[in-house]
Amino acid sequence: MSVFALDFPEISHLLVWPDIFPSFNKVALIGVVAVLATVIIFVLANRKDPMKAPTGVRNVAEVSVEFIEGDIVLQTIGRDGLGWTPFLVSIFFFVFFCNITEIIPTAQMPATARMAIPATMALVVWLVYNTVGIKHQGFFSYLKNSCFPPGVPFALYFLVAPIEFVSTFIVRPFSLAIRLFANMLAGHLLLVTFAILTDALITAGTAFLIPIFVLPFFMLVFLTAFEILVSVLQAYIFTILTAVYIGGATHPDH
Amino acid sequence: MEAVSILAQQFNPDEKNNQAAIGAGFAYGLAAIGPGIGIGYVVGKAIEAMARQPEAAGMVRTTMFLGIAFTEALALIGFVVFILLKFA
Repeated sequence: MSVFALDFPEISHLLVWPDIFPSFNKVALIGVVAVLATVIIFVLANRKDPMKAPTGVRNVAEVSVEFIEGDIVLQTIGRDGLGWTPFLVSIFFFVFFCNITEIIPTAQMPATARMAIPATMALVVWLVYNTVGIKHQGFFSYLKNSCFPPGVPFALYFLVAPIEFVSTFIVRPFSLAIRLFANMLAGHLLLVTFAILTDALITAGTAFLIPIFVLPFFMLVFLTAFEILVSVLQAYIFTILTAVYIGGATHPDH
Repeated sequence: MEAVSILAQQFNPDEKNNQAAIGAGFAYGLAAIGPGIGIGYVVGKAIEAMARQPEAAGMVRTTMFLGIAFTEALALIGFVVFILLKFA
């Protein structure tokens, strides 16, 4: 594409990567690295002597586990949900590492900006909270508690029940996946737009265009900082929504 | 509206792509209105609550992020429609 004599790549250039070997490209590599990084952090943290004051990687592990226990599990599921902490910690770190590659030089592609990873994770979360609901309440009473919220006048149930059914079983996984995917894709596109604009202005050739590159460049620096915030926030939101769904399946409203 | 389509024609002589591009622009613009107002309300009320009762700030913040996440989803669906219209 060419606008005002500046060249812009097609969107497929930004998201579709050549295979490193058959059916394994950069996005898959980032996913694998995210899993390994999560495992390495906790294995290393576990090897330190627990009697000494924590340092380095153990600090990271302790702070994050404490944060997820205190701010996510206890607030949404309650005391009996503490068994879910490992699951939620793994989700948090996997999503975070998949997101943060967005701003790491040489990677610069959030793995979550391809729909496959958010969709798979949303599917896993969907399976988990439905299984928990069926296990804790039994199939029919889970279905009844999900579709018939208490405190609604009888006649309104004809309207409320289908809406609740659709929103619990269909919209939830969709919105979970799309929220993560669209946020990261939007961030990636913004970064790419300003990076390419800076580059195109520097190499424009027309003398009066070159100094303008300062504007998109500052925007690029600002957005890079902003995307760090977004990466953490989206990992947090994905984790807390998972916890909320599991909490809702464990303790129905009475 | 007329000006937009003329402007789009300058860059993109293909008629069908043109219409899709205009639709995509409007899809995102319209989808951003509601969530913009909604997130403003959510955060504004949360700040009010935190200012009145700073001890409850942690709980309010958790709930605020939840509210933002649900509201924001609408704008993001608009963004996905934008991508689909423009590039699919």
